[in-house]
Parts: sequence; structure tokens; C-alpha cells
Amino acid sequence: MQDKQINGYRPKIAAFCCNWCSYAGADLAGGNRLSYPCDVKIIRVPCSCRVDPIFVLRAFRRGADGVIICGCHPGDCHYTSGNYHTRRRMSLLFSFLDYLGIERERMRVEWVSASEGAKFAAVMNDFVSEISKLGENRRLEDVRCKEQTETRLSEER
Amino acid sequence: MTSEKTKTEAKTKMLKISLEKTGLLFEKLSAAGKLYIPVDGAAGASFEKWDGKAGEANKFEMKMSSAHNTVKSAKDVFFPQTEDLMRFRVNGKKIEVTDCSDYLNNSNNSNNSDVARADNSAQNEKTANNIILFGVRACDVKSFEVLDRVFLSEPCDTYYKARRERTVIFSMACAAPRETCFCTSFGIDPSCPEGDVSCIADGKYIYFEIKSEKGERLMSSLSDMSDISDILESIGDSDPESVASRRREIKRRAERLPLSGVSTEPFGAGTTGRYFSSPAWEELSATCLGCGACTFVCPTCQCYDIKDFDTGESVVRYRCWDSCMYSDFTKMSAGQPRLTRLERFRQRFMHKLVYFPENNDGLFSCVGCGRCLASCPVNMNIVKVMKKLGGGAGD
Amino acid sequence: MQRTDRDALVRRAVSLMNDGVCDRVLAWRRGEFSSDVSPGVFTDTESVEKELVRNFFCGANLSKYLISETEKTEKKVLIFLRPCDSYSFNRLLSEHKFNREKVYAVAVGCDGTADIGKLKRKCGALSDIKRRGDKIIAESLYETNEENEENEENEANGAERVFDLEDVLSERCLSCNLKNRADCDEIISDGGRDAVSERFFEVRRIENMSSEERYEFWRGEFSRCIRCNACRDVCPACTCEKCVFSNPSSGVENKAAANSFEESMFHIIRAFHVAGRCTDCGECSRVCPQSIPLHLLNRKLIKDINILYGEYKSGESVSQISPLNSWTENDADPSEVAELLERSRSK
Repeated sequence: MQDKQINGYRPKIAAFCCNWCSYAGADLAGGNRLSYPCDVKIIRVPCSCRVDPIFVLRAFRRGADGVIICGCHPGDCHYTSGNYHTRRRMSLLFSFLDYLGIERERMRVEWVSASEGAKFAAVMNDFVSEISKLGENRRLEDVRCKEQTETRLSEER
Repeated sequence: MTSEKTKTEAKTKMLKISLEKTGLLFEKLSAAGKLYIPVDGAAGASFEKWDGKAGEANKFEMKMSSAHNTVKSAKDVFFPQTEDLMRFRVNGKKIEVTDCSDYLNNSNNSNNSDVARADNSAQNEKTANNIILFGVRACDVKSFEVLDRVFLSEPCDTYYKARRERTVIFSMACAAPRETCFCTSFGIDPSCPEGDVSCIADGKYIYFEIKSEKGERLMSSLSDMSDISDILESIGDSDPESVASRRREIKRRAERLPLSGVSTEPFGAGTTGRYFSSPAWEELSATCLGCGACTFVCPTCQCYDIKDFDTGESVVRYRCWDSCMYSDFTKMSAGQPRLTRLERFRQRFMHKLVYFPENNDGLFSCVGCGRCLASCPVNMNIVKVMKKLGGGAGD
Repeated sequence: MQRTDRDALVRRAVSLMNDGVCDRVLAWRRGEFSSDVSPGVFTDTESVEKELVRNFFCGANLSKYLISETEKTEKKVLIFLRPCDSYSFNRLLSEHKFNREKVYAVAVGCDGTADIGKLKRKCGALSDIKRRGDKIIAESLYETNEENEENEENEANGAERVFDLEDVLSERCLSCNLKNRADCDEIISDGGRDAVSERFFEVRRIENMSSEERYEFWRGEFSRCIRCNACRDVCPACTCEKCVFSNPSSGVENKAAANSFEESMFHIIRAFHVAGRCTDCGECSRVCPQSIPLHLLNRKLIKDINILYGEYKSGESVSQISPLNSWTENDADPSEVAELLERSRSK
């Protein structure tokens, strides 16, 4: 695994991947032995449009430091227009969270097709290194969900 | 209740302090415990933990609000809006249960759910033993009596009790009532509040009258501090008269309030039958939104819900305020007992004016603080209910 | 005095009730003192004549009540719509929340409504408030001079203080230049106000803060939230029968915010759920007992929508399609949005 640690910190990334394109893209990245950090936890969704803003917030609550939503390229949606809706919705959500002082860099939308295994790996590498630089998500965290992890980590150390 | 018992034994003992020196007094008090005072903020006054420091020329970073009653009552010092009770964690085949109330006994390993919040909601008290509530109006002091009836009767609520017992109340005579105030309707004298130490301020001084042992203990611990004599003075010969005249002035002011004539006479124990089926509820509740604003600003509302939160690796059981105005209040597997807005609306007012006095020797669970009048989005409130029902609509 | 005076409203209501057209009237009801006005449902002409009021303190938007009131009668419900209410009316109609056939809508003019909180902070306990042209005369129960800081009140009972209208007008009225857009059955007046301040001024002020400052600002505001749900329950765009926040199976249900995350989450999700549907009626800020400027959340979304997807005013017509329910092939990519918005700011 590539080492993306900065001062022993490893970010947690939630990646929502569309079943038809990006999830297959991730598969292809694996098949081609292209590596991307294990900090990325993939959640398969039927369409990028299935990602409700509540999902993004719940990911942050459960300890994610970054959230990335991957869908088919605009025009290629399996359901014709799902990713067009994602595009508007997430544009507004990210701008809105930025307005509340949540770092914009923590959220991203990327279009990755089933044939773009290399792009998938590159995107994830880039996103993880950016989040590593940003550090832990402190502005939109639920401390109750973090306490256990912290005690366990300190025990391990 | 402690204050009730000891009140009669306490000797009338008065002290005074010049108004410019209140900041210095707060500094002393905050050394004796966690001090809360009403301060002005963007949303009106609220009880905040005092953390001001004495600076140049008696200017203090944190000033006591000179204006009106606080938007929210001080009840969350004893009964915070949310509070962790216990935590469950599965460990192999065992379930580990941790009591989150550790901090009540001043232990050092409390479970801190959110540091920032805990700090201003009286949670996770570790350093200081005492809580000092300064500047509580007469209506709010009375509201603590209502809360005590609920939480301190058997089975006693130990969370509430631990905080309540550690709290010393400095009440303040209310010289700035709002047009929404009607405490006198409930027999409360705004000029002469109860409490552990009863205070009254005029243009120059705050006068202190010690009313309970608890207050006595705190005040004498203050007098052990150095240079306290520069701050607290004994009263002079003319002072009792100026206090008395100030009290008369405050009473006069209260009598002139627009709502001072609201009568509680038609309500109380045994009047359920008279009002329960009144047709007036329909009109009164028609525009109620069913939000919880009135319940959450109310000093006597005491309903809460107990919920579990799954943190992913353990479960936190916590309690939080609940409102009888909500459609999912006391929801059970068979649904909720009060299905319509009318029923929920009626419950709130019947509880305050009829059911509570029925079970508590005639004590109303409303103190006329007027907060719900000020906060209600649609200006539908207990005064309108009392006037409509009391005015004969119930018969 | 309002552009449409009370008597005109009472006359119409009474005659429509006598003619048997309407048997319920949605209007404003007099309370204990001049500022104490409630939305009211009137069912008889006597109470209309006695209690209906139309003044500077009629803040409530009545449209949302149509959802429940139209269910309660076989005849029509009479509603008076101010210019801003007409947008909520249209919005509810386009979402099929009530049956238009059961409503008799009358357009009334509006000269703006008071921000009672502002008035109270300025002069303490109020005994009476009057409006004379562009001046507001507030009579205090007694004088509290906050400027003198110490709690020293003069015993000048009934002291009068005069304010400029704009100093005590509610936020939404300052930037209002709306005209009645509903398809009304009758128009008594369609006069509205002219804007005296720019609608997005405050939003821009916050946008120009640093990310850290914005975070601190909103943290401070949200920390006051007591989750009374007044903003949600009054909102004419929040019409779900079961809100996600009171639905135990939604995964985000809660009754009180246990920590800073839950405080923010409620307001983020609520603002987002009404994005593209919010008519900017300002009820959320008006009713907040903790004076949280909630309209600034909605206005940010409105502003972004206007820049990214073209000018759009929710509630302008019944047939309009919300920008969040539609798309074009050339929409900006989320990665470019920050830059686009930044560019529009510097313009």
C-alpha cells in the first residue's frame, strides 16, 4: 500500500460509487493492480443521484474526513439523467457547506467510467493526499462517534 | 426544598455592595463555584457561565444583564437539554455498562460527549463543587419549587438532585418586568423573591438578604477571602428604608402591568370536567403550529425522552427534553395517546392549570414568567387560554 | 395604517360569509396588546367584526394553514394574501398541497411588518405601539435606558419613543419589492413595498469572511438553537407529513441536538430540503425564539441557484419547475463551482 501518512495520521474517506460506472472502474483498477490507499472505503450506490445530502453528513458523523461521489460521465447515466441531478445537487451542497465554514476540499464529485481504472486510482490517490494535508475533520464531527476509536488507537500505541 | 425548610430559621442578615463593584463580587463568587449570571446577547438575555476578568477601571468583560427576564429559563443548569446517562459496549460475550453520571460525584474520568457544549450546559462538572445562580427572578425561583416536586419526589431523580443540592441561588427582585409578565397572578411577589440569598438592587447598591443555611455558608466562606470587606459592606441605618421603598416601587410597577389582572381563580384541582370538553379548545388550538418553543423556554416544563444513540462501537443512552406539543410525544408501539393537535394543545394547558395542582396541593405549574408569550410563533399562549376558558367559555 | 385597512377586510369577510361562499376565514386575530397578533381561523361573522385585525404586527404567513383548513369545510376558505404570501400560496398549489377550488383568495396590500424583537430590544417593555406615516411611536411601560448601561430606570411612566420605520421593520420587508403573483379571486389592493436594502447584502458579507470566520459565525448562531422546530413547523415549504427528523426509521431522527454536529445537521438538511422551493418569506427567522438568522441559509442557496442556473424566484407561478428538479447539459461541474461563484462576487 502506498504510504499516505503524514505524522502517523491516516484519513478516512467515504467514496460513494455508482454501480454502473465508477464501481466497475474501481474493479478495473484492482484487476489492473493499480494501487490506491486503503483509507478509501467504497459504498456502492445504484446511481450517484442516490446520494442524499444526509448520506454525506452521516459519513462525516461516522468519522469520514473526506467524502467523494463518483458517477458516470454526464450524458452516460444508466438512468439517463441521474448524474445531471447529482451535479446540481452536489454543486449547491458543497457551496453551502463551504458557506458554513466546512472546508470545501473535503468533498468532491468525480466522473469515472467503467473503463477508467487508471483514472479511478489517480483520483483516489489525489483525494487522499489532499485530505491528508487538510488533516482530521473537526468542523463537522460527532464526538460521540469518535471517542471509541480514539481510546482504541491510544491503547494500540 | 432545602431552602424552604431553613428559611424560617435563618436570621435576617443584610449586606450591600455598590453596583460598580459587582464584577469584583462575581470574581470572588466564581472562585467559590461555577457562577451563572444573566447576560445580554444577540438573542436577548441568557444565563451564561461567568468568565469575565476584572480589568481596568472596573470594566468587566461580562456584565450582568440589566434588562429583562432571560429568553430561556435557568432550568437547564439542573436539567440540561441533553444528558448522557450510560454507555453500553459489547466486548466479546460481555456487555460493559458505564455510568455516565460519574461526574456528578466529582470523579475525574467522566465521559465527555462534547466538550464545547458541556461547558455551557453545566455538564461534566469536575472542578467546582458549587453552582451559583445569580440574578434569578422571583418567577424562576418559584419554578424550581415546581421542578423539585417532580424530580425530588420518589423515585428521586439523582441526576437532578445532585446538581440541585450543590446550587446556591441568588435571587434578584424584578424591577424590569415585561408587558408579558403576570407572575402576580400566581401569588408571586416580584419585589421579594425567595432563594438562598435574596437580592434587591436600586440605582446604587445591591442588597443581600441571606435566607438559608446554604446561602449563609457561601456568604461566610466569602468573608474569609481577602479584601472582601472592600466589596461587601454592612448596611447602614437608612438602608432598610431604602430597600422597603424600592420594594414598594417594584410592586407598584407589577400592579400596572397589562396582564396583572389575569385570574387563576377558575382553575386548579377538580376542574377537569369543567374544561376538558370545552368547545373553546377548537378555536384556541386552530393555529398552533405544534412546535416546542413554549415548552423549551418554559421554566416548569419537565418532560423528557430517553433515547439510544449508536455511535458505531457502543450505544449511548441519553435523555433529552421532549414536548407534549410534538406528534411523537410518548409514542408507544400502539401509536401515540393524543392523536390530534387539539388534544396535544389541551394537554399542555390542562397540565399546567388543572392536573398539576390536582396532584400537588394546588400548586400551579405555571409561574407567569411570560416567556411563552414572547416566544410563541403565533402568539397563542396560556393567557389567552386562561381568559377564554376562565371567562365562562368552559361552563 | 396599512394600505388595505382593516374595515375593507372585515366587510369582505362578512359579506362572503353571509352569501354562503365561505364559512372559514383565515386572517389575523387581535390579542392582549397591539403587538400580540395571532393568525386566526374565524368561523362566524361576529368574531370577524370583533377580533379581525390588520396592522403593522400581522407578521404571520397564512398560506400553510390552507392545507388543514380546506379539509375541514365543504365550502370555501377565505384567505387574505399579502404580496409575499402569494408566493407561498403558489408554491403550495404547485405541489398540490390543497385544492384551489376550496379557496377564495383575496389580495391585500402591505406596508411591511414590524420586527417585534428589534422593538423590544430598543425599548424594553412595551405598553403600546402606533404607526404614524414613516414613524413608529412606541410607548414603554417604563423607561429603561440601556445606553446608560446600569440598571437605573427612570420612573417616567409611559415614556414615548419615536423610531424610523426602517429601524424596526422586519428583515424580509426591507428588501421586499414583491407584487402579488397569485391568481386571486379578488383584489382589494396589490400594493407592496419598495426595497430599501439589497437582499443578498448579508449573504455577501458572510461569503467574504474567511472559512474559519464563517465556521465560528455559524457555530455561534447554531449553538443557541433549542430545536423547538418552530422554523420547520411554520415554514410553508416544509410540508412533509413526516419530517426525517421526527421519523425514527430515517436514521437521523432526534428530539434535541446532543452536540454541535446535530445542531448543524438539522439546519443544513432543512435548508437543503427547501432549496429551490423556499420563497424567502422569512418566517423561519421571524419565529426563531433564539433569533438565529435562518433566512441567511436559504438566501445563500437562492443566490447560488440564481448565479449557476439562472434567475429563479420560487412561487412566482404555479407551473414553474424548481431548478433542483431539472438540469441542462451545460451545467457547471461541481469542481468549477467555487471559482464561478467567486468570479460573480468580484464582479
